[in-house]
Amino acid sequence: MPETSLKRRVLLMCGASIATLLATRASAGSYTGALPWRADSDTLPDIAGQAGWNFFTAAESVAIGALVDRLIPPDDLSIGAKQANVPVYIDRQLAGAFGNDTGLYMRPPFADGLPGQGPQSPLTPAMRYRKSLAALDAHCQSAYLGKIFADIPPAEQDRLLTMLEAGTLQLGGLSGKAFFLLLWQNTKEGFLADPIYGGNLGMAGWKMLGFPGARYDYRDWIDKHNEPYPLPPVGIMDHPDWSPPT
Amino acid sequence: MAQKLPHKDVVIIGLGWTGSIMAYELTGAGLDVVAIERGAWRDTATDFPPATSPDELRYQIRLDLFQRTAQSTVTMRNNASQTALPVRQWGSFIPGNGVGGAGVHWNGMTFRFLESDYQLRTHLTQRYGKHAIPDNMTIQDYPVTYTELEPYFDKFEKLLGICGTAGNLNGVIQPGGNPFEGPRRSEYPNPPDRQPLGSTMFAKAATEIGYHSFPMPSANMSRSYTNTLGVTLGQCSFCGFCERFGCGNYAKSSPQTCVLPALMPRKNFEARTLCNVTRINLDSTGKKATGVTYVDEHMVEYEQTADLVLVCSFSFNAVHMLLISGIGTPYDPVSGTGVVGRNYAYQTDSGVTVKLPNVLLNPFISGGAVGMAVDDFNGDNFDHGGLGFFGGSVMQATQTGGRPITQIASFKDDPKWGSGWKRAMRENYQTVYSLGAQGSVFSYKDAYLDLDPTYKDPYGSPLLRMTFDWHDNELKMSAYITEKLAGIATAMGGTKIEQLPRLAPYTVVPYQSTHNTGGAVMGDDPSTSVVNKYLQSWDVPNVFVFGAAVFPQNAGYNPTGTVGALTYFAADAIKNQYLKNPGPLVAI
Repeated sequence: MPETSLKRRVLLMCGASIATLLATRASAGSYTGALPWRADSDTLPDIAGQAGWNFFTAAESVAIGALVDRLIPPDDLSIGAKQANVPVYIDRQLAGAFGNDTGLYMRPPFADGLPGQGPQSPLTPAMRYRKSLAALDAHCQSAYLGKIFADIPPAEQDRLLTMLEAGTLQLGGLSGKAFFLLLWQNTKEGFLADPIYGGNLGMAGWKMLGFPGARYDYRDWIDKHNEPYPLPPVGIMDHPDWSPPT
Repeated sequence: MAQKLPHKDVVIIGLGWTGSIMAYELTGAGLDVVAIERGAWRDTATDFPPATSPDELRYQIRLDLFQRTAQSTVTMRNNASQTALPVRQWGSFIPGNGVGGAGVHWNGMTFRFLESDYQLRTHLTQRYGKHAIPDNMTIQDYPVTYTELEPYFDKFEKLLGICGTAGNLNGVIQPGGNPFEGPRRSEYPNPPDRQPLGSTMFAKAATEIGYHSFPMPSANMSRSYTNTLGVTLGQCSFCGFCERFGCGNYAKSSPQTCVLPALMPRKNFEARTLCNVTRINLDSTGKKATGVTYVDEHMVEYEQTADLVLVCSFSFNAVHMLLISGIGTPYDPVSGTGVVGRNYAYQTDSGVTVKLPNVLLNPFISGGAVGMAVDDFNGDNFDHGGLGFFGGSVMQATQTGGRPITQIASFKDDPKWGSGWKRAMRENYQTVYSLGAQGSVFSYKDAYLDLDPTYKDPYGSPLLRMTFDWHDNELKMSAYITEKLAGIATAMGGTKIEQLPRLAPYTVVPYQSTHNTGGAVMGDDPSTSVVNKYLQSWDVPNVFVFGAAVFPQNAGYNPTGTVGALTYFAADAIKNQYLKNPGPLVAI
């Protein structure tokens, strides 16, 4: 049962347990006699992917940029999701554990069930994006004289998104609503997650809200009621001053 | 063929709160103890240091510290006419995983139930008459009273360093505390947490109405604290990354911050991680456990023999372990006979969303259990005559964080995406507050756990199957409580108020609570309970079951306080009675 998240730890042992382990060739961790600790042992975030597209094709990257920029558009409050690198975030997520449903119970039989029984699809998020984006562009090309989603007017893009959200537009036999919910969840994540995951460029999402990020100590502020918090956001590996201006 | 390992005195299944406490108690009694844990070793410096802990995507959304459904999950149906399907993505509840268990990523709300909650059937019958309790409601008394448990609550709270204000010291009601609580022998070991704006406004409004507000009993340290095992915790920094996160400041009580530093130096303790117990083995009589069989992460199988087997895993896993090991008679909902899987219960969560004018809530400044509560409508603190339901909820203002992807409160008519969504979220972030109520769930003939006929886990065992839906009693209670909560929201000066009572059917999709209880309930009668008052199996007396699986029904509070008190109560009985004369501690 290999799982990326269940990384095997270094075997730490001392005292009586050594004999036990050697005698039985037990391979999992055994800890006794002291609290285990060693330097450089922190489990860092799993940041899948490299520069450039890891999952999306060129055509898919065009479609996803247009989609996320209607969901979180540029306006007087902030840059839009496309400029904030939300497509980069989604690309890396789909190339990694999330896109492949790693860790989820994926044993058959698959049945639709009741809404209250939760998601039951055998499709991984990566497969759903691949099929749904292709079907969306195909739909646009037949409905808008050969134009793909990215090339139709914003008002038409919004109309299609509204139909997906309402469940009145299916995507090549797949649920349009399921794709909308997945896309919207991932778009919010990409706009508001820590910038280490590739999106939220310059902490644009956090600045829009006034979220200070990974500051971790507000002891001087807990009982300062109704006062604006004065410091800018920080990320796990980032500070807005280190990023390009947005 | 399983490799046989050298014999141990005690094998513990699961190294969370109850497993680590029992390991400490029994190694202290001189026994050789091994704990077998399905997940990995976890410690603050390695797994959730401040440098990487405040990561909403990793911990809150991708659930890095939790059990994976691929490891094990449950199937769910609302009633016996439906086909149960597996929970493939966690939603309504999220079981923990790894050393420390849910004690790593809980919020830290540490209540005692009301005195009457432990004597529920007797109390309701005395106050409302013999026929007041519906036939299908299978509530029963705990086999212990609050008074019997009180010293053990005290011990558990001092282990954790709970912060709060006593409401009842030796029978004398105290200002600022919860006047409805049972008498406590001593004040909380630490003063209450300082409060942010939202909970301060809630408490003021509740007091103006005439309710009794009090600080949440909290495992988020209000000051540095050295506990009863000599382990020192740090002060909470109100970082806003508590529930679903490990604490990088050593400031939230957990097995890591309270027990393991004292336990691990003991040479007669060993923890084995990434090892999954697949069954408890019984001898030919079926009346005695010989130990457990487990597999490591390479699927190599081992047999660990032991004189005593302690089931210390999450409630689902405890019930599952008993069922697949053939310990106790499985519950049959048709005949109403059998006990294992009977009386599954949960938590009735209700809420109110309120818009507050001219405020800056700064929601990111918070702790998981930092907040204020009101108990006027919990348990039987109010007259249920003519209301058509029993039970109640603790009403609370606990803003556990301002994490931007998941924690911004919104109204149903807010724009769902686009520029309108951005504007609403920005506005709501500082001005919209969510009030909550955690309500009781009583037990019923048709709410139970058994083994699924179709779906299996990676070890070839059937998944646990949950059959559960909301009943009128809980739905009426939720509607009543939500109305009361909205009254407080109005008194807070709310300009827009949305009520969110619990509605049927039960669904596994939105998160509600991981306070899943019952299935291996405690009692005085083997025909209606799996374990006796000392948490000892009636059928196999060298097996003990810990955790919320033993609750006969669930109260309107977080369960960990009662779980801890029951654990210390059982530990005393095992050390002082069982070890001297192994066998049943309660005669049938």
